[in-house]
Amino acid sequence: MTASTTAQPESVLRLSRITKRFGALIANDAISLDVKEGEIVGLLGENGAGKTTLMSILFGHYLADEGEITVRGEALPPGSPHAAIAAGIGMVHQHFTLADNLPVLDNIILGAEPLWQLTSARGAARARVHRLAQDFGLEVDPDAVVAGLTVGERQRVEILKALYREARILILDEPTAVLTPQESASLFATLKRFVAHGLSVIFISHKLSEILAACERVYVLRSGTLVAERAVAGTSRAELAELMVGRPLPQPKVEPRAAGEVVLELHDISANRGAHWLRNVGLELRAGEILGVAGVSGNGQTLLADVISGTLLPATGTVVVAGAAIAQPTPRRMVTMGVGRIPEDRHSEGLIGDMSITENVMAETYDAPPFSRRGLIDWRAARAAAEQAVAAYQVKCQGLDGPVRLLSGGNMQKLILGRVMARSPRVVLANQPTRGLDVGAVAYVHEQLLAARARGAGILLISEDLEEMLSLADRIAVIHRGHLSAPLARAGLSIGELGLMMAGHGSGGDVHAA
Amino acid sequence: MDVLAILFTTALWAAAIRIASPLIFATLGELLCERAGVINLGIEGIMTVGAFAGWITVYAGFGLWAGVVVAALAGAVFGLLHAVLVVPLGLSQHVTGIGITLLASSLAYYFYRLALPEVTTPPKIEPFQPWAIPGLSDLPFVGEALFRQTPLTYLAFIMVVLVAWLLARTPLGLAIKAVGENPAAAEAQGINVVAVRMGAVVAGSALMGMGGAFLTLSAFNSFFFDMINGRGWISVALVVFGSWRPGKALIGALLFGLFDAYQLRLQQWAGAVVPYQLFLMLPYVLSIIALILVSRRAAYPRALMVPYRKGER
Amino acid sequence: MRLEPRAERSLLLTLGFPLLALMAAGLFAAVLVMLAGANPFTVFALILKGSLGSRFALMETLTRATPLIFTGLAAAVAFRAKLWNIGGEAQFYAGAVMTVVFGTGLLPLPAPLLIPVLMFAAMLGGAAILYAPAFLKTRFGVDEVVTTLLFNFIFLLFVSLLLEGPLKDPMGLGWPQSKKVIADAQLPRLMKGLRLHWGFVLALTAAFVVWFIDRRTVLGYEMRAVGHNAKAAHFAGIPVARVIAKTALISGGLAALGGFSEVAGLKGNLTLDLSPGFGYTGIVVAMLALLNPLGVIAAAVFVAAVFVGADAMSRSAGVPSYIAHVMVAASLLTMVTAVMFTRHRLRWR
Repeated sequence: MTASTTAQPESVLRLSRITKRFGALIANDAISLDVKEGEIVGLLGENGAGKTTLMSILFGHYLADEGEITVRGEALPPGSPHAAIAAGIGMVHQHFTLADNLPVLDNIILGAEPLWQLTSARGAARARVHRLAQDFGLEVDPDAVVAGLTVGERQRVEILKALYREARILILDEPTAVLTPQESASLFATLKRFVAHGLSVIFISHKLSEILAACERVYVLRSGTLVAERAVAGTSRAELAELMVGRPLPQPKVEPRAAGEVVLELHDISANRGAHWLRNVGLELRAGEILGVAGVSGNGQTLLADVISGTLLPATGTVVVAGAAIAQPTPRRMVTMGVGRIPEDRHSEGLIGDMSITENVMAETYDAPPFSRRGLIDWRAARAAAEQAVAAYQVKCQGLDGPVRLLSGGNMQKLILGRVMARSPRVVLANQPTRGLDVGAVAYVHEQLLAARARGAGILLISEDLEEMLSLADRIAVIHRGHLSAPLARAGLSIGELGLMMAGHGSGGDVHAA
Repeated sequence: MDVLAILFTTALWAAAIRIASPLIFATLGELLCERAGVINLGIEGIMTVGAFAGWITVYAGFGLWAGVVVAALAGAVFGLLHAVLVVPLGLSQHVTGIGITLLASSLAYYFYRLALPEVTTPPKIEPFQPWAIPGLSDLPFVGEALFRQTPLTYLAFIMVVLVAWLLARTPLGLAIKAVGENPAAAEAQGINVVAVRMGAVVAGSALMGMGGAFLTLSAFNSFFFDMINGRGWISVALVVFGSWRPGKALIGALLFGLFDAYQLRLQQWAGAVVPYQLFLMLPYVLSIIALILVSRRAAYPRALMVPYRKGER
Repeated sequence: MRLEPRAERSLLLTLGFPLLALMAAGLFAAVLVMLAGANPFTVFALILKGSLGSRFALMETLTRATPLIFTGLAAAVAFRAKLWNIGGEAQFYAGAVMTVVFGTGLLPLPAPLLIPVLMFAAMLGGAAILYAPAFLKTRFGVDEVVTTLLFNFIFLLFVSLLLEGPLKDPMGLGWPQSKKVIADAQLPRLMKGLRLHWGFVLALTAAFVVWFIDRRTVLGYEMRAVGHNAKAAHFAGIPVARVIAKTALISGGLAALGGFSEVAGLKGNLTLDLSPGFGYTGIVVAMLALLNPLGVIAAAVFVAAVFVGADAMSRSAGVPSYIAHVMVAASLLTMVTAVMFTRHRLRWR
C-alpha cells in the first residue's frame, strides 16, 4: 500500500539486524537477510546456531530484543503469529504442531475463520483443501484423525495448513529430519512447484547435501551470527561445511575390529503401546560391534528401545543378555545385567531436570553401595561419583548442586554418558544419541560410543541420521512398521538403498547382492 | 411399596431430573474448562458462591432471574481469578483450584454472616415454581416427569445443546478443543491460547455458579452451610465419565440423578433396617466406581493440566 | 507480557516474595473488615492479642497448631511426590476412629504400651484410607484428587454411622458421640492447667522425622525423584508405583496421627465436629511451608494463630470469624503466586 514497495519490488521479506538474547546467551546477533519472490533460500547452520530462534521471531513465537521485519515493505508487528499469518507467512515446524486427536480438516481450518460465528463452513473448506492437495501433489484424507497418520502425511498436513492460509512465504524447519531420502526428494520437487507458482521458500537445514540440492541461495549461521551469504551455484560442499562449523568437520575414525560373542539377543519379541506395534523382532548383538537400527521415526524404534531399556514389557518373546534369559525385563534388571541405556529424550526420560547433578548421577544405582547403606544415602559417595563423572566426561556446569535443567543439551548428554559408561556396560543402547546436539558434542558422543566398542561392548545404535549410521555402524538393520530386517554389513550399502528399505521396499538380501 | 414398582412412578423420574439439574450445569461448566486444558477444582467453592449470590439477590428483593444472572457473574469472577492464576501465570491447577474453593466458600460464609449476623434458621425466599409446558406436559408419564419442571431445569437442558453445538460446530469450539489438545498447534495457527483458555474457564465457571443457584432458587428456598455437599467434586467425576462430551455428560448426570432419587425412596422403604448413612454414601461411591470404569479408556484432553507458556525454552 | 525463568534466585526474593504474599492476603482481609464496618487496625490488633498476646493465648494457638502440623506434613509428603492427597480430612478421622475403637477399654494396657499401640493403629487406619486412591491411581489411572475428595464425604458419613451405632456412648444423652478414652490412653498435658499436650511434642518429632526421611534416606530420594519426573524415575529404575504406595501410607498415617493426638490429647472422645476442616487447612499449611517439613511447623503456628485470634476477635469486634478462613485461603493463593515469581519474572515485551 505504501510507496516503499517500489524500492525493491522483488524482495518479499526482509529481516534487519534481528537480535535475541536468552539471559547471557546471544541466540541471534544482528542478523539481516532478505528473500525474493519465487526463490528457495537456504538457512544453513548446525544445531544451536540460532536458525530456529530466528524463524520463531519471524513467526511471532519469540520477540526480538532488537531489529525489525518487513514483508513486502510493510513492517510486521512483532510477537504475533496472527499477524505473521495475515502477512502471508506460513511455517512448517520441525516438531509438527498438530492436535493429534482432531481430524486433518479441523487442524487445517483451525484459526482460519473468525471465532465468533455460529457455524464453520466445513464444506467449502473441504473443497479448498482438496483443490490445494491436487495442485501441489499433497494427497491426504481430510477426515482422518491425525494420530493415525504417518510422519510423511503429517508433514503434508502441516504444509497444507500454511497453503490454506494463503501463505506466500513458506518456512520449513528441518523438514527432512523425519523423511526417507526418497520422501525428501519428492518434497524438494513439491518446493519447486511452489516457487513456480510464485511462492518463496525458506529452507532450514544443517544438512549440506540438501541445501545444495534444493536451494538457489544460502545464508550460513554460526553461533548466532550470520557468517556468509552464497549463491549455491558458486559454492561448494567443502566451503559451506567450513563456514558452518568454522573448522573442518571431524570425521569419526572407526578401527576395524572382529566381533566377539553374542551379548544381547532378542527372540521373537512382540510388544505394543496403543496402536504402535513391534512384531516378531529378533536380533543378535555381538561384543565389539555397533549394530545400527535405521528407520523413519514412528516405525517401532521407540518400542524396541523401551523393551531393551526394561520400560516396556513385551507381549511375547524373550530378551537374553550375555546368555541369561530375562523373564521380566525391568529398568533395574537391565541395568544390573550390564545394559547401559542412553534414552531418546534427555529431558523427559534421561534426567530429572529439577534434581541436582549429584542426584542424577546416582539415579540408576542409588539403592546400593556406595550410594546408600541400610536405607540411608551416603551423600559423600554420591558427590564423589558426580565429581568423577563431571570431570571424566567434560560436563560444563556451575556446580554439582544446581538443577540439571540448566545444563545445555550437549552437557546433559555427556552427563548421561558419564552415568552409563561409569559401569562399563556389556551392552550400550544408544537411542538417537546425537539428536539436537551441536557438532562438537556429536563428535564427543561418537568418540565415546567407539571407545565402548573398542573396549568390547556391544552397541545398539538407533538413529534417523543415515550419515551417522553409515559412518559408525558395522551392521545395519532397518525397522519398518514394527518389523526389523536382517542386518546387512555396512560396506557396500548406500544411502539410496537404505532409504528404499526404510520405505518398506525391497528385502535386505536383494540390496546386499546388488 | 414394591422396590421395583418405584422405578415406574413419574415422581421418581421427575425427582431424578430435578436432582440432575444442578449437576448438569456444573458438569457442563467443568467440561468447558477441561476441554480447554484447565481442570477447575474451584468448582465446589464456585457453586457455593453461586448459591449464595443468587439467594442473597432474591432475598434483597430482586427477581429470581436477576438472582441467576448474579450467580453466573459471581461464578465468572472466581473463574477469572482461577484463570489468571493458572493460565498466564501457569500455577499448579490442582493447588490453585483447591485454594479457589476454600476462598470462595469462606467468602460466601463471611458475607452470609455479615448480612445475617444473628439468625439461626436461614430465611426463606419464594423459589422458582414448576412450569408446565402447554401440550407436552399432558403427555402420559413423560409429560409429568419431563415437562413440569422449573425453568432452570429447562435452561440446563438448553445449555447442553448450546455447549454441544459450540464444541462440535463453531470455530470458537474448535479453538477451545485445540488449546486443550495442543496449545502450540493452536498458537501456530494464530489462536490466542491464553485468551481462549481464560474465556473457557470464565464461561465454565459462570455455568457452575448457575448450578449453585439452582440449589437455592429452585431445589430449596434458602442458603445454608455446606449445601453443595460434594456436588462439585461429583461433577468433576461426571466429566470423566462423560468422556468430555456434553451429551454423554448429560446422560451421566441423569443416571446419577435417577440413582440418587431411587436411593432416597429405598431409604424410606428400608430405613428401619439399613443405616441411612449407607444410602447417603452411595452417590460418592457411585462416582468413584464410575471413574474406575471409564479411566482405562479415558481420552483426556492431551494438554489437560499442562500450563502453556509462550516462548518457553 | 510473558514470564521468563530467572537465571538465579537471590535470598532477598526467596524471603521477600512470600512475605509480600502474606501482606497481600492481609490487605485483602482488611478490605473485608472495612466492609463489615470495623477498623482493620483494631481487628488485626485483636487477632494478634488473641493469638499471641498472652501465655494463655499462645498455648491455645500451639494447641490448635498441633493437628495442623500433622495434616500439613501429610499434605507436604504427598505433594512432594506429586500424589495429590486432598483426603486429609478422612485420614484424620480414620486415626480418631481407631483411637476410640482401641482406646476406650478394648485394650486394657498400661499407658507406655497402650499409647504406642494406639498410634500404630491410628496410622494404619489413615494409611489404609489413602492406600485405596493411590492404588486406583497407579493401577487404573484414576485421578486421586477426585477420589480422595469423595472419600472425605464417604468416611465422614461412616463416622456418623459409627457414632449413631457401634461407637455411640450409651451415657451420651442421645448425642452422636463416642465414649471417652480410658486414662491410660490419654496424652498428658505438657503443664498443669494448660490445654497444650504431648501431642504437640509428637507433632514436632514427626516433622523432624519427615525431614530426615526426605534428606537422608533412599525413600526420600525416591519420593522426590517420582515427584519431579515420574517418567525419568521409572526409566532410571525407581519403582514408581511402589514409591507412590509408600508415600500414601506415610501421608495417610501422618494425617491419622493428627486425629489420634486430637482425641487422646485434647477432646477425649470422637464427635462429628472433631475437625473443623483440619484436613483441608493442612493443604494450605503445606503450601505456605513450600512443602518443607520443618517449615510446616511455622506455617501451622501461623495458620492456627489466625484462627485462634479471629475467634477471640469476633467475640469483641463483631466481625464474623470466617474472616480467618478467608485470610488463610487468600494467603494460599498469594503464596503460590509469590513462589512462582521467585522463579520467573515478568517481561512486558
